[in-house]
Amino acid sequence: MMLQSPDALAALIPDGALVAIPPDNSLPSVAIAKALIRRGARGLRLLGVPVSGFATDILIGAGCVAEVETSAVSLGEAGFAPRFSAALKEGRITVRDATCPAIHTMLQAAEKGVPFMPLRGLIGSDILANRPDWKVVPNPFAPAGEDPIVLLPAKQPDFAIFHAAMADAEGNVWLGRRRECATIAHASKAALVTVERIVEGSFLEDERLAPGAISATYVTATAIAERGAHPVALLDAYGFDQDYVSAYARAARTEEGFRAWLEAEVFAPAQKVAAE
Amino acid sequence: MIAPEERLAATLARLILDPAAPPARHIAVGAASPIPAAACWLVKLMGHPVRLSLLHRRSGNPFTEGTRELFDLTGQGRIDLFFLGGGQIDGQANLNLVGTGEWPGMGVRFPGSFGSAFMYFMTPRTILFREEHSPRVLVEKVDNISAPGVSPPGVFRRGTAQALVTGRCVFRFHPERARFSLASLHPGETVESVREATGFAFDVPETVPQTPDPTEAELALLRGRVCDEMIETYPEFCRRVWGRSRAA
Repeated sequence: MMLQSPDALAALIPDGALVAIPPDNSLPSVAIAKALIRRGARGLRLLGVPVSGFATDILIGAGCVAEVETSAVSLGEAGFAPRFSAALKEGRITVRDATCPAIHTMLQAAEKGVPFMPLRGLIGSDILANRPDWKVVPNPFAPAGEDPIVLLPAKQPDFAIFHAAMADAEGNVWLGRRRECATIAHASKAALVTVERIVEGSFLEDERLAPGAISATYVTATAIAERGAHPVALLDAYGFDQDYVSAYARAARTEEGFRAWLEAEVFAPAQKVAAE
Repeated sequence: MIAPEERLAATLARLILDPAAPPARHIAVGAASPIPAAACWLVKLMGHPVRLSLLHRRSGNPFTEGTRELFDLTGQGRIDLFFLGGGQIDGQANLNLVGTGEWPGMGVRFPGSFGSAFMYFMTPRTILFREEHSPRVLVEKVDNISAPGVSPPGVFRRGTAQALVTGRCVFRFHPERARFSLASLHPGETVESVREATGFAFDVPETVPQTPDPTEAELALLRGRVCDEMIETYPEFCRRVWGRSRAA
């Protein structure tokens, strides 16, 4: 289904939904994050796949988020994520820490429709000690009682949201090698995808494009959002806007600074479009 | 003038090539790691056969199945060496990337554990790297363990820390006794100055050598071809250390 705008995609996401978002090196849809802020979303549970960045920090700052499950939250060279840090300290969000491969593994279990998958490592980490939903069992294929291993439950997000380079006439999307977006699309109940443009034909009919495509089977709705990943990079199309993120990091050090940033970068541009 | 970053990169390169350690045929380097990345490029451009997988490389990224491929490769034992740091590192090589105070970092929150709780177990060796060498970073006991330095018998683990390199010195790690020993001192440091800056107890051999300077050949490579390779991923670092900007 092709919708008119990122705001129309955001309208499909109810308050309290579990929303999977890729990190700043892998095509988050900042356009949908901004639209969720404009719609006044509340109580979202965000899953960083496997870590979180700019989109997560602005959603937290705008009060859209109740819980974050992730392996790290960072703005890269611009430093710690200021609104995440403030919300954690003030007790406004619940943070469930994980480690990167655990998040991939929980999603892969959901992709396969199995209830859990094992993962090495983790034993002796306080991450595990703080995850009552993760279990340690003896490897059933080892001699009795030997080789403890961690089992992780399948995790099925309500929504995957990400940005792709293009969609075709059949609703397939193309994003090249950033296949973690395919994993979250496969694992989630619905995937909402912003794209730079729509093209004729079908990626699945083109041997060179098919491996970087995600089939419309998994894609619930798309909308055009030009520069919809910005300030994050989009493949070889545009780079990471370091100045923009650094300016955000400075502004978002305080609640007032963040509010002013939101007004200028999230609310005002939409009002301008609406007025035109 | 040898920049501190150049000395650290050359020091890491020597540890990568340490003949006593398991071979480093395939090294992965994470995002916020320009000095370890420089060390890896130095090793490769000196002509050693090594495959580098740079996680955050935008063009030519080695992974075509997403970042989970790194963890799948590591799970199989096909990544030989990884670098980790920590907001806190303690005398048993436990790493805290989560934060200080009560879980999950209610004192000072760090970004988070990333893949450490897996990578530290599953790579045959890890080089710990943290430029800041102070009692707030190198602590007696970390407030929270993202990844433990040693594991009890029976827990599957391929390796642990080989060494800890800081802005002041190099420590070797001895997993059998879960302790660091001082291996070399960077210029201007003494055993006493390192002791004062370190929150954990460590072993000191009778003589502690100075960390060697990079050779002329190493410096030439770092300032030339290594910088060329790094400038796309680490523009800020290349500008700061080598005064090079992308257009040049």
